[in-house]
Amino acid sequence: MSGIEETVESVQVNEGKEFDVEVEEHIEDEFAVDPTRYIFYRDRKEWADLEPVPQDDGPNPVVKIAYSEKFSDVYDYFRALLKNDEKTERAFALTADAIDLNAANYTVWHYRRVLLQALSKDLKEEMKYITNIIEEQPKNYQVWHHRRMVVEWLNDPSEELRFIADILSQDAKNYHAWQHRQWVIQEYKLWDNELEFVENLLEEDVRNNSAWNQRHFVISHTTGFSDPAVVEREIQYCLNQIRKAPHNESAWNYLKGMLQDRGLSSQPGLLERVLELKETHCSPYLLAFLFDCYEDALENITQKEKVEEEEQKETLRKALEICRLLAQEKDTIRKEYWEFLGRSLRNKYGNGSLTEQPVFQLCVITASVHR
Amino acid sequence: MSVYKQIHSLPQPTLLREQHYQYLKKGLRHLSDAYECLDASRPWLCFWILHSLELLQEPIPAAVASDVCQFLARCQSPTGGFAGGPGQHAHLAPTYAAVNALCIIGTDEAYNVIDREKLLDFLWSVKQPDGSFVMHVGGEVDVRSAYCAASVASLTNILTPKLFENTTNWILSCQNWEGGLSGVPGLEAHGGYTFCGTAALVILGKEHMLDLKALLRWVVSRQMRFEGGFQGRCNKLVDGCYSFWQAGLLPLLHRALYKEGESELSQQRWMFEQQALQEYILLCCQNPTGGLLDKPGKSRDFYHTCYCLSGLSIAQHFGNMDNHYEVILGKEENRLAPTHPVYNICPEKVAQALQHFLRMPVPEVTAVFEKH
Repeated sequence: MSGIEETVESVQVNEGKEFDVEVEEHIEDEFAVDPTRYIFYRDRKEWADLEPVPQDDGPNPVVKIAYSEKFSDVYDYFRALLKNDEKTERAFALTADAIDLNAANYTVWHYRRVLLQALSKDLKEEMKYITNIIEEQPKNYQVWHHRRMVVEWLNDPSEELRFIADILSQDAKNYHAWQHRQWVIQEYKLWDNELEFVENLLEEDVRNNSAWNQRHFVISHTTGFSDPAVVEREIQYCLNQIRKAPHNESAWNYLKGMLQDRGLSSQPGLLERVLELKETHCSPYLLAFLFDCYEDALENITQKEKVEEEEQKETLRKALEICRLLAQEKDTIRKEYWEFLGRSLRNKYGNGSLTEQPVFQLCVITASVHR
Repeated sequence: MSVYKQIHSLPQPTLLREQHYQYLKKGLRHLSDAYECLDASRPWLCFWILHSLELLQEPIPAAVASDVCQFLARCQSPTGGFAGGPGQHAHLAPTYAAVNALCIIGTDEAYNVIDREKLLDFLWSVKQPDGSFVMHVGGEVDVRSAYCAASVASLTNILTPKLFENTTNWILSCQNWEGGLSGVPGLEAHGGYTFCGTAALVILGKEHMLDLKALLRWVVSRQMRFEGGFQGRCNKLVDGCYSFWQAGLLPLLHRALYKEGESELSQQRWMFEQQALQEYILLCCQNPTGGLLDKPGKSRDFYHTCYCLSGLSIAQHFGNMDNHYEVILGKEENRLAPTHPVYNICPEKVAQALQHFLRMPVPEVTAVFEKH
């Protein structure tokens, strides 16, 4: 499901002198035939026994792709192999050509895996092959799935963390790479150095949300977030990163995400620390976090021991003020959302005396006129 | 060059209808060899193009529609489901695309292409005990598969609770600390996967089991304050396709919250800045010679054409059949047809397909894949 680069016009492959008859004859007289020159399968002697199978698009094709000669040739022979269920070395070799032409053809990959098994191919060699393919095309589903299968068959994850680190060094947010990494770590219990790996990535780019996610992944599967020492350490870490880069949404999301199950107001002193930061390191994210703290406090006030009604009113007032500030000044792109949250909060905790008539009621009348 | 000047000097942003129409009309028949990389996704090309045409309210000539039906019939696997091209293996993504494309066409010929019994066999063949689905036999698992399966099963009336046993819990386990959903449990929240998981749960009637408030906060935070478009993940760049995958979540959440008794929902607007998204798409995502794209500087393609237009439609239309409110940036001619936020085909086509297939009995499972 990915977009592609589309050329405005298709480029005709210029075959050049190799296909000029006179020159070709001359070459064969004086030089060895260039072994790297590409020969169509239809011209290969070793394939003469196999009848190629053209694609059956029907009489009035749609979304008809103007395949290159090379593409059609390879896939005509692939279809022939499939039809005969041929499980040979030459079939295996052809799959590499087919993959090279379209690495997203999952039918070819499946066939290659069947052949790997049927021909008892050297899986270590296959690891080298798939390593190269992924380096060339790291954003393809099939190549990563294939690697996972080979690692499983070999039951050997020893190269994985280093390999994935290399891919991530080229694109630190490659989703497939992270998915493969999490699978390897979980499957083979390779947790030991992962937090360090994450911290290094965050050193390089504190805004790398994939790395923040990995942080959460490692901690939740090792120490967990119940240990107060862990939580305090993580809060400290977040606040430090926020001081360095105040407008980094990832750090704020991580802080909230880590604490939200327990409730933001469960962490003593946190609200105060954030209010301190507000003076020098304010951001829409800080304000949203404050709102969440106040909302959580309101949620828990009604459940815990009786709190002064004044205090509750004050918390509500502060929360609503933040909604207004965000909607009208600091985060106007999310105006509809912050106004909704304000109305919701008022509706839930307010006692009706505070507010003017909601403006939306007027709009309902005009909406039906606009219909 | 003159069209470029048109876009950037006109007082009003203009949807380049004619240019997009020509681009789509051509692509439906012929594609350059640059599309070799999508040779295993040809039903997708049918869907992206047909859906774009239906949003532009351009009719599909009957002959073309029939040709699409016959082509997709050749993409159908003898063991059920649809493949990326004739002779390839069935895969949930082209299955989703093919069924959607056929529903857009909406003729009896189109509906009759689908072998419902075999389709059900195919869905069983990719179902996993933990509730997830692999994308194809011997393939990878991620939340896209649940959406593809739920979409085709519900449209063609082959859905049974047993088929989706444990699927709800598996999808729920994809909601993470960020509030959005990941491709598989543990990964980063991502717009495409969040849409797939949420829409699948809506189809299964289980969307209320998500932490809707956390999801809402995550998705509204994905709209870029300067660009107006949406990013796919926190701290990444804007991309026109997320105009649908992300913004499309807001109609779903609006309805989910409404069903949960939320009284303060707007009756006019989705909870994202609709005008800003329309501006991003119209001013930054159009190729002057037709087609839409990710962001300025990128090439056009049919995937981005489909999802930019789908997102534009979402941004223009609030509500449902009974209560409909429009926000059209620029001329009235910029108006697109509304799209269904679950299936992403026009709502009339959804209703028509459901009506057609609900008359038929749910097939008995014929192949030996059903788990005990």
